[in-house]
Amino acid sequence: MAEGRMRGSAAPNNLYFPLTLTLSLREREFSRQYHLKRELLKFAIFTILVLLLPLAAKEGYILNVLVFVGIHSILAIALNLLLGYAGQISLGHAGFFGLGAYISGVLTATHGQNPWLAMCYAAGAVGILAFVIGFPILKLKGHYLAMATLGLGIIIYILFNETVDLTGGPSGLSGIPNLTLGTLTFDNDLKNYYLVWTFTLVAILLAVNLANSRIGRALRAIHDSETAARLMGINARFLKVQVFALSALLCSVAGSLYAHVMTFVAPASFGFNFSVELVTMVIIGGLGSIYGSVLGAAILTLLPELLRAFQDYDIIIYGLILILMTMFLPGGLVSMAPVFMSLLRGRRKQPGGAHAEA
Amino acid sequence: MSRTVFSVFLGILLTAAGAFAAEPIKIGALFAVTGPAAFLGEPERNTAQMVVDEINKGGGIKGRKLELVVYDTQGDSTKAVQAATRLIKEDNVVAIIGPSTTGDSMAVIPVVEKAKIPMVSCAAGMKITDPVKKWVFKTAQNDTLAVEKIYEHLKKRKVSRVAILTVSDSFGSSGREQLKAQAAKFGIQILVDDTYGPKDTDMTSQLTKVRGTQAEALICWGTNPGPAVIARNAKQLGLKMPLYMSHGVSSKKFIELAGDAAEGIMIPSGRVIVADLLPKSDKQKKSLMAFVKDYQNHYRKEGDHFGGHAWDAVMLLKGAIEKGGATPDGIRNQLEKTRNFAGIGGIFNYSPADHAGLTKDAFVLVEIKKGDWVLVK
Amino acid sequence: MEFAQQLLQYLVSGFSTGAIYALIGLGFAIIYNATGIINFAQGEFVMLGGMLTLFFLNVARFGMIPSIILAILVATLCGVVFNRLAIKPLKKPSPLNLVIITIGGSILMRGLAMLIWDKDTHAVPAFSGSEPLDLAGATILPQHLWIFGITILAIAGNKFFFYYTISGRAMRACSYNSRAASLVGIAVERMVLFSFLLSSALGAVAGIIVAPLTMTSYDVGVMLGLKGFCAAIIGGMSSGIGTVLGGIILGILEALGAGLISSGYKDAIAFIILLLILFVRPQGLFRKAETERV
Repeated sequence: MAEGRMRGSAAPNNLYFPLTLTLSLREREFSRQYHLKRELLKFAIFTILVLLLPLAAKEGYILNVLVFVGIHSILAIALNLLLGYAGQISLGHAGFFGLGAYISGVLTATHGQNPWLAMCYAAGAVGILAFVIGFPILKLKGHYLAMATLGLGIIIYILFNETVDLTGGPSGLSGIPNLTLGTLTFDNDLKNYYLVWTFTLVAILLAVNLANSRIGRALRAIHDSETAARLMGINARFLKVQVFALSALLCSVAGSLYAHVMTFVAPASFGFNFSVELVTMVIIGGLGSIYGSVLGAAILTLLPELLRAFQDYDIIIYGLILILMTMFLPGGLVSMAPVFMSLLRGRRKQPGGAHAEA
Repeated sequence: MSRTVFSVFLGILLTAAGAFAAEPIKIGALFAVTGPAAFLGEPERNTAQMVVDEINKGGGIKGRKLELVVYDTQGDSTKAVQAATRLIKEDNVVAIIGPSTTGDSMAVIPVVEKAKIPMVSCAAGMKITDPVKKWVFKTAQNDTLAVEKIYEHLKKRKVSRVAILTVSDSFGSSGREQLKAQAAKFGIQILVDDTYGPKDTDMTSQLTKVRGTQAEALICWGTNPGPAVIARNAKQLGLKMPLYMSHGVSSKKFIELAGDAAEGIMIPSGRVIVADLLPKSDKQKKSLMAFVKDYQNHYRKEGDHFGGHAWDAVMLLKGAIEKGGATPDGIRNQLEKTRNFAGIGGIFNYSPADHAGLTKDAFVLVEIKKGDWVLVK
Repeated sequence: MEFAQQLLQYLVSGFSTGAIYALIGLGFAIIYNATGIINFAQGEFVMLGGMLTLFFLNVARFGMIPSIILAILVATLCGVVFNRLAIKPLKKPSPLNLVIITIGGSILMRGLAMLIWDKDTHAVPAFSGSEPLDLAGATILPQHLWIFGITILAIAGNKFFFYYTISGRAMRACSYNSRAASLVGIAVERMVLFSFLLSSALGAVAGIIVAPLTMTSYDVGVMLGLKGFCAAIIGGMSSGIGTVLGGIILGILEALGAGLISSGYKDAIAFIILLLILFVRPQGLFRKAETERV
C-alpha cells in the first residue's frame, strides 16, 4: 500500500504510513509542520533560483527558451495533477492550451479586449467546458479514456483549422498584443521571463498546496483504488471532474500567456503531437512530482536545442527516450533524486521508514 | 551528418586561426526540414546549402565566405520563434532565409522586426508582405498570381461556374482565400467550396458532390499527395470537367503519383519545370538551367520550384551583400533596391511598397500530356 | 434519381474506406484481446507493409508477389522485435506506461522509416489494373475488391483461429484471465508474443493492399492507425465482425459527412460519434456490458 506513495517529492505524507498511525496526535502535528516547512523551503530555494537564472542566461537566446520552459511547466504541472495524482490520462490537453491561446488571441487581436480580462474569460470558459465534458469523459477508464481525450483534442484542433473567419485558419492569427501592466509592456524576453515565471511559481504553489490537502490525499486514494476510495466515502467522480476542470483551466492560462508572448498563434502548435509531448514531460519528470514536471518541461523544451547537432535524427532519439525512460525509469527523473541525495550526503544513513524523502 | 557539422566547425576554427582569412558572413536559415511541411523544407535546405557551397567555391563574396546556419522548425511556430531568436542572438547572423511555411513566417516576423534583421521568407502567403513590413521580403510567388493565371484561362475558355477543393492546411487555406477573393473580378461563380484533410486517402465524396452540380471546372489547391488522390478519384468517377491544380504540385512527383489520371490536368507553375522548353530569349532561362543542372548533380533528384525559392533567397542576399556590405541595415536597403533580378520564381522587382516583387508573369500555365509538361499558350 | 445515385456513391465510397479501417482495426483488437494492450504503434505496421513492398519492388527489384511476402515477413519481424525489446521487459506495466511506450515505439519506427527511405509519398501499382467498375451508377476500383476479399478472409481466418485451434483458444483464455490461463498450463508470454506477431502481420497486409489506393509514405500510419483504432473501439474491440462493422460505420459516416454536411469537419464528425459511443456504450456498439472487476 504505502510503496506507491513513497515516490514523488510531494507524496510522502505521514498520515498514510501505518507506522505513524501509532504516533500521538502531538507528534503527528509536529511531523505535519515539519513537512510543510520542507515544502516551503523547497519553494523558497526554487524561487530564488528562478529569480537569479536570467543573470546567468544574460540576454542570449536561452532566455527566450526559458520563457517557453515556464509556459510548458505550467502545462506539465496541470497535466500532472490529473495524471500523477488522480491517475487519469489525457491525450488532449494541447486542445485546452490551444483554446486558451485562441480565446485570448481572438478577443484581444480582433475585438480589442483587455488582455488580462481576455485571459480570465478564456480560463473561465475552458474551465467550464472541461467541467461539463468531464462528467461523461471521466466515466471512462484506461485506454478508453486515452482514446476519448485524444478524440476531444483532435476535434478542438479541427475547429481551429476550420473556423477560418474567426481564427485565421491554418496559417494562424497574428497581431496579438503583448501584455501590459500600467506603463510596463512585456515585450522582450527578460520581461516575459519574469511574467511567465510568476505564473509558473503561482501554479507550483497551488499544486503543492492541493497535493498536500485533503483533496490531494483523496486523489491519491482514487489513483490506487477507486473502489476503495469510494467505499471510504470519497465522491470519486466529482473529485476527478473538478481536477480535470482545474487542470484545463491552468492550461488555458498557459495558453493565454503563450499567445501574448508569441503575439501569434497557429493550430499546428496545438495538435496531437503536443499532447503527447506534454504527457512525456510529466512522465520524464516523474508522476506525482510537481518539481519533476518543471524538470520534465525544461528537458523537453531544451531537448531540440541539444539535438540540433543531430538534425533529422532527433525524431529517433525522441522515440528512444520515451521507450527507455518508461522501461528503466518508470518513476521519472525524480525517482533518481533519493539516490542522488544519498550520494550527496555521503555514507550517512538515511533516516528510517517514516521519512522516505524524495 | 554530425561529421559534416564537425568538419564545418573545424573549418571555421582553421579559418579563424589563419590571421589573413576574413571572417565568414553568417546567414541563418529556418526550414521545416521535418514534419508535415518537409516537402517544402527539404528541397529548400538542400538548395540553400548547394548555392552557398557554390558561392564559396567561387571565392565567396568579396573574398569573404558565406556560412549557412540551418535550423529545423518542424513547421511549428513555437520552434520557429526559438530558432529565429537563436540565429539572431547566438549565431549573430546578418540575414535570415525562410521559414518555409506561412504560419512559421508570421510567427517569426515580430522577432526579426524587433531585432532589425532582414528576412527573406520562402512561403507563399499574401499576408507575409501585405502590408509591407520593413525587414521582411519573400521569394515565393503570391497565391493571387497563380489564381489569376487560372481564372484568366477559364475566362478565355468562357467557363464561369467552378468548384474549388482545397486542402485544410496553410497552403490550401491561403489559396482558398484568394480563389474566393478574385472570383468576382473575373466573373467567376464558385458553386462548391469544399476542403479535404492533408492526410485524407479518399476524396470521392467531395467529387461526387461536385459532379452533382452545374460546375464546369474543378480547381484543386494542395500539395502532394492529396491532389494525386483527387486526380485518381476523378478518373474513377469519370468526372468530365477540366481539372486545374495549384503550383503546389508542379513537380514530376505529381505525375508519378497520379499516373494516367494526371493526363490533361492544367497547372500554373513557375518556369522551373519547363526550363528546357523556354525560348532562348527568356530572361530566366540562364538561372533556371543552372539551378536544374546543379540540383541534379548534387542530389540526383529533380529540382523543384520550392527549392527555387531558397535559390532566389540566397542569390538575392548575395546581390544585396555585394552592393551594400554585410550588415543587416545595408542588406535590407539593397534588397529593397533589387530590380530585374531574373531568378527561379520569376523576375524580381522589390520596392519600398512591394516586398514580394513578382507579377503574374512569374507563372506559366502548363498541361500534362503523355506524362510530361506542355506549355499552354 | 440524381440524388439517389449520389447517395449510392457515398455509401459505396464509405464502404470501401470503411473496409480499410476495419482491417487495420482488427490488428488493434487482436493484441488488445490477448494482452489488454492498445498498441499505438499498430499504424506503423501498416506503413511498414506499404513501404517495404515498395522497397523490395523498386530497389531490390523483386516481383510483386515475392515483394509482398517479404514485406509481410519483415514487418512481422519488426513486431516481434518490438515486443521482445520494449514490451516484454516491463514488469507489471500500468496502462499508462504501455500507452507511452507504444507511442514511443511508433515515433521511433516512423523516424527510422523516414531516415532509411525518404519523406516523399510513393505510388504503388494496383494489383489488377485501375479501370473503374460500374455498380449501378456508382464506381469502385478493382483494388477495392481486393480489400473486401482480404477483409473477409481475415475475419474468417480469425474466427477459425480463435475458436478452432489450440493456440487460438489459449489466446482467448489469456484475454479472459491471464493468471488462470497460466495456471492451467498456457504459456502466457508466448501467447502475447504470438498476438504481436499476428497483428503486425495483419497490419502489414492491410498496409500492402491499401497502398495502391492511398499511396504510401513514412507517416501514412498515423491517420490510418487512428481511424483503425476508432473502428476497433466502435466495434467493442472484438477481433471479428464487430470491428469490421465498426470500420464500415465509420467509413460511411465519414463519406456522408463529407458529401452532405461539410468536408472540413468530416474527421470531427467521426470523432464526435466516437465520443458519443464511448459515453453511451463504452463497451462498443455490439457487445454486452461487462461488469467491472475490482
